[in-house]
Amino acid sequence: MSSLFPLTVEGAETRRRGKTLVGPVSMTLTGAGATVVVGPNGAGKTTLLRLLHGAARLNAGSIRWAVPTEQAQEAQAFVFQRPVMLRRSVVENLIYPLRLRGTPRKAAAAEAEAWAARVGLSDMLHRPATVLSGGEQQKLAIARALIIKPQVVFLDEPCASLDGRATAEIESILQDTKAAGTHLILSTHDMGQARRLADEVVFMLHGRVHETSAAAAFFDAPETAPARAFLNGDIVT
Amino acid sequence: MTDLWSGLSQAFWLVVTADAELAEIALRSLHVTLTALVLGCAIAMPLAALLAVRRFRWRRTVIAVLNALMGLPPVVVGLVVYILLSRSGPFGVFGLLFTPTAMIIAQMVIIIPLIASIAHQSLRDLWQDYHDLLISMNVTQWQKIRTLLWDARRALLTAALAGFGRGIGEVGAIMIVGGNIDNATRVLTTAIALETGKGDFALALALGIVLIGLTIAVNLCIHWLGQTEREGRW
Repeated sequence: MSSLFPLTVEGAETRRRGKTLVGPVSMTLTGAGATVVVGPNGAGKTTLLRLLHGAARLNAGSIRWAVPTEQAQEAQAFVFQRPVMLRRSVVENLIYPLRLRGTPRKAAAAEAEAWAARVGLSDMLHRPATVLSGGEQQKLAIARALIIKPQVVFLDEPCASLDGRATAEIESILQDTKAAGTHLILSTHDMGQARRLADEVVFMLHGRVHETSAAAAFFDAPETAPARAFLNGDIVT
Repeated sequence: MTDLWSGLSQAFWLVVTADAELAEIALRSLHVTLTALVLGCAIAMPLAALLAVRRFRWRRTVIAVLNALMGLPPVVVGLVVYILLSRSGPFGVFGLLFTPTAMIIAQMVIIIPLIASIAHQSLRDLWQDYHDLLISMNVTQWQKIRTLLWDARRALLTAALAGFGRGIGEVGAIMIVGGNIDNATRVLTTAIALETGKGDFALALALGIVLIGLTIAVNLCIHWLGQTEREGRW
């Protein structure tokens, strides 16, 4: 399949009950490595991710992938801040997206077991997904997103409310994914995580993108004053 | 009190001696209600799922009406079905009046709103959980419905049991459309009404006890088959 990138966003806006949640946003993502969206709570990180994914209503402007939208949506997956578990076993959760795409049951099951092994869930294949711990659920959600071999994975604060070990495990899965050529678009307010994963940083405040730059440049010398304050650990309002 | 005791002992002997007439009407009760239940579920549950996932203009009205119809008076349903199926009615040509089929139709009308309403409530909660994920996965309407119905199957069992309970104990509608004809359309509830009317309280009570026993047995069976209330299951 041809590449989804570059992604061109022009004046994109999403509103709800007359209030603008995000926008207008204009930017171009080239699709190298990982794009990390940072910003304080309520800056619109989640909404931006949903907007790019096509799960939030686009009220104005445009979001264009390099391929037709429908084709682009087929090659995307989304991991939520609070993992949504299907009320099924771990292996059934992993099989589900494959079955939606018409993969035969046997092949899907084999693939699911391989992915469970990759994220360290092999010995709980037949456990109901809803009784897993928070970290395990998030790993399962990530595996379920990656199992369809998407070109882009959106991750909305995947490690929020997880402890250090779970975070490290998830980051190592994400590093592998990145190395395999999948583009990550991830929001976080853990600056350490942003530094570890980012190739490109999008800084958001009040529903607008204030800065889009390469990670090294952003962390060394942010261009805008709010970004500088945010990196210094000041409370940005 | 004597009626109660003789009813109990009569019920005991009716069951122990496997009374042929009792077996026949008990089986007919089961046949009518279970058929109505299976057909009713086949209609009510997809309908409930559709109401949960689909946003259309009259959705709220439809749900409100469905909730209101849960309390549909069986006698009125019986009357309407009677009129529709009677010789001069629009479906008179099929000659269904006073047959078990007519009773099944009447019971379906009674239990479909009940099952759909209860099922819709649990499916709606599940859909709130699943909404973001399924939208993100680009699933079709049909796949959404299938996923919801499968993952909420235990809650749907409860809805089905509620439907069964209402159907098996119902007398008003089946009395009208079935006619309580011996060897043809007599079921447990109509027999109880008849025996009470005749003043044979002991027999009526015996039939009542058999009816309750039957209801409990079917419920236990379905629970056991569905493996509800077991650890780690939904």
